[in-house]
Amino acid sequence: MKFGIVVFPGSNCEHDVYHVVKHLLGHDAVFLWHKDPAFSGIDCIVLPGGFAHGDYLRCGAMARFSPIMGAVKQFAERGGLVFGICNGFQVLSEAGMLPGALVRNAGLQYLCRDVSLRVERQDTAFTGRIKQGAVLRVPIGHGEGCYYAPDALLKDLEQKRQVVFRYCDERGEVTAEANPNGSLHAVAGVVNERGNVLGMMPHPDRCAEEILGNTQGRRIFESIVHAWQQARRNRL
Amino acid sequence: MVKDPEVTRALAREEGMTSEEYDRACALLGRTPTFTELAIIAVMWSEHCSYKSSRNHLKALPTEGPRLIQGPGENAGIVDVGDGIVAVFKMESHNHPSFVEPYQGAATGVGGILRDIFTMGARPIASLDSLRFGALDAPRMRYLVGGVVAGIAGYGNCIGVPTVGGDLYFHPSYDNNILVNVFSLGIARPDKIHKGLASGEGNPVIYVGSRTGRDGIHGASLLASAEFDAGSDSKRPTVQVGDPFTEKLLLEACLEAMKERGVVVGIQDMGAAGLTCSALEMAARGGSGMEIDLDQVPLREEEMTPYEIMLSESQERMLLVATPESEARVKALFEKWDLEAAVIGRVTDTGRVRIAWKGKVVADLPAAAVADEAPRYDRPQARPAWQDEAQRLRLETVPDLGDGNAILLRLMASPNLCSRESVYQVYDHMVRTNTVVRPGSDAAVIRLKGSAKALALTSDCNPRYCYLDPAEGARLAVAEAARNLACAGAVPIGTTDCLNFGNPERPEIMWQFARSIEGIAEACRALEAPIVGGNVSFYNETEGKAIHPTPMIAMVGLLDDARRALTQWFRREGDVVLLLGEPAGSLAASEYLALAHGIEAGRPAPVDLKRERALHDAVRAARDGGLLASAHDCSEGGLGVALAECCITAPDGAVGATLAVEAVGAGGRLDALLFGEAPTRVIVSVSPEDRDRMETLLRGAGVPLQMLGKVGGARLTIAAGGAAVVDLDVNDLRRAWRGALPALLAR
Repeated sequence: MKFGIVVFPGSNCEHDVYHVVKHLLGHDAVFLWHKDPAFSGIDCIVLPGGFAHGDYLRCGAMARFSPIMGAVKQFAERGGLVFGICNGFQVLSEAGMLPGALVRNAGLQYLCRDVSLRVERQDTAFTGRIKQGAVLRVPIGHGEGCYYAPDALLKDLEQKRQVVFRYCDERGEVTAEANPNGSLHAVAGVVNERGNVLGMMPHPDRCAEEILGNTQGRRIFESIVHAWQQARRNRL
Repeated sequence: MVKDPEVTRALAREEGMTSEEYDRACALLGRTPTFTELAIIAVMWSEHCSYKSSRNHLKALPTEGPRLIQGPGENAGIVDVGDGIVAVFKMESHNHPSFVEPYQGAATGVGGILRDIFTMGARPIASLDSLRFGALDAPRMRYLVGGVVAGIAGYGNCIGVPTVGGDLYFHPSYDNNILVNVFSLGIARPDKIHKGLASGEGNPVIYVGSRTGRDGIHGASLLASAEFDAGSDSKRPTVQVGDPFTEKLLLEACLEAMKERGVVVGIQDMGAAGLTCSALEMAARGGSGMEIDLDQVPLREEEMTPYEIMLSESQERMLLVATPESEARVKALFEKWDLEAAVIGRVTDTGRVRIAWKGKVVADLPAAAVADEAPRYDRPQARPAWQDEAQRLRLETVPDLGDGNAILLRLMASPNLCSRESVYQVYDHMVRTNTVVRPGSDAAVIRLKGSAKALALTSDCNPRYCYLDPAEGARLAVAEAARNLACAGAVPIGTTDCLNFGNPERPEIMWQFARSIEGIAEACRALEAPIVGGNVSFYNETEGKAIHPTPMIAMVGLLDDARRALTQWFRREGDVVLLLGEPAGSLAASEYLALAHGIEAGRPAPVDLKRERALHDAVRAARDGGLLASAHDCSEGGLGVALAECCITAPDGAVGATLAVEAVGAGGRLDALLFGEAPTRVIVSVSPEDRDRMETLLRGAGVPLQMLGKVGGARLTIAAGGAAVVDLDVNDLRRAWRGALPALLAR
């Protein structure tokens, strides 16, 4: 399987994602420069964490104009898997590829720490190897990760089961204390209606290895690989 | 157009030069300098750039070791860690700018040290921040703390270099002069290392990065080379403004350029004294000269004078020397990252830096003489008259410990001992996914991808010890740094220091400085942790009142196996708790006396460096033997605080312990037993089956050992002299410790 990792000016986590998919999972990975208007031979696009274009405007607001984003959109429209982590999620929401917006954390401060996530569904390309209801421990690192959407949209998202990850406590209960940034409905990650574009604020790339004391994030990457393998088998 | 003022002795004084220095400059040139030349010489010979008061003393520091590749004198030091990897690191101060404008001062401090690292061809992978603030109730202090922390976070998070540790300390001596010391470490392949030198006649001199503006003029020469006074607020314009995004682009573009063979000949960042310092130092190091045309320098503002262009400290700029063949490649690489690259001159073989502006030569200076032959001062020293009195500790009138629980709770929730979580969680300390031990243990540990090894990082300095006994305080700072590394399982490989002192023109400050250097030199030698570079920051005083001497020590240690890194907290119920090293602590210079009784007096307990070294070796040997579940340095707050920390500092919760401490040589005082401080002490926990092996190992190493008790339950109980002096629910203790800093800062 071949991952394409988009590098914006200001991306910081492209090497972290590369390390996971290439060195830990043993798949192919290439960096895609944001000025490239096209790419080919890619099975999954990852938009990594960081501060694309400095995020001096709204996070992700500039990155959506990068030449590569046209190709990323087309790739998604053809059903390709697109995975946005942290800043990548912000870019996808600014680009209109995912519903809702990420605004300033309720506590007004950047936060870097572990949080618990409840996996709301197993039937996505990003969570196939994780049981519904499972609680994952994953680090966050963001200042603008408060998920916001109007009531009607939130209702719609819940109805269509587009919320894939929710902040929760260690036992899987969704509580105000367990919500690190004030996200509405404790949303930590959403998928598009079609199910092939996922964005999440927490960093599974930061917890995919024994030496870092936590391998739970690896299961999300393994799910992507699994989904791709199944899709290929179905095509054959 | 404004005409240059006439160069006179009085003008030289305005630029910060003494009368003798002005004479020296005239003699060097054989004529009166031009206005631009005067400005250049003044800034190059400022305390900040020339180290004129400290250089004679710094020679005493040990700068050699088996792993040392580059010692002091370059932008950063380099140490070989093996497996084809070198570590490049340095610590620097940004004190005065941070006091004037905390957010930008701290942010550009981070930016400056990062440039020092990547200008060597290394990718920065971790930073530490050592902060010293005044009493929280001092004017502006909460604002300063908030601004500095936000500035470090704002810059470091955006550029994607994790801030993995540091330290934070409050003391009234910093009420009017806070300290912001920033350490950064990068890694590189040995053949990709680049230096700040200009060579090869005819080679292009290329300016890359942000445009030059009028910001930060005299940031180094005036702000950092003079005391604060009532007019310091007017110096706000001398503080630069940081742009971490541009620096991120500069970092990536520079590393890409340096990765390609034969593209970059030499490179140096434009930091203090901007273009002036880079051009002169690069020419001086290369034994060459340089011709620079200021009309080619990309400017942010129109009508800047040569004086302003040469002295601007606009951030995120680099000067590099390429070859005629690689010039186009350099331009293309920087264009990829949307950065400006302008050829502003050529390397010559004249030994002179000649600067032209609008077709006229405005400066023509001998590079080596200006860069390297700044005046050096052997300034007079005198032991302060108050030193003896400060060292006298009268305990007769101090009541012994009453309620042990209350005091321990108070200490754990005090500004200097409470949890730093609310600070380090606003720093991204995980980006780059190398952080094996996160902030909150004795040392941070970062693994090196592509190798089994890891590096441990720590920074330490107890200013109270240094004030009461500068030489001993410096020895203790080095010993504590090395002990913190040992507690992580690492062996020291190099040290960088950031020496923060008052006005060196005062003999008692110079005495403190000289004694500190002696202490650092002796301890670094004994613990085999050579100095690879550092920074001196003088004039940390306001209206004649100096800070406590603060020789900050940042030390880097190596672990052969990242998986064997140790942390400080107890991990298993039933484990045995042992105190290794010297059993007795002293109330002199202790945090307890300062907090509970408002006394800052006595001589800190001295360190026996031989025994200290033996202890570190023993801890590492026990770790290698797989005996240790945890290891924790016992420092501020003594045994009582260290034991509490072992119980409550684990990221995922607290565990109790039942312990007893014996009254050994503590003069019968319970407070001394519990909260007395001393070096050469480490608390470890081991499984009961390993206790005998542990004792054998320590006996063989000649390290004293005391059995304190067992890990388990939900209470921390400490008995002393047969009676229970502490009996607390560890979750209560943890809550008090974790909640203290946010509450203290919010008030």
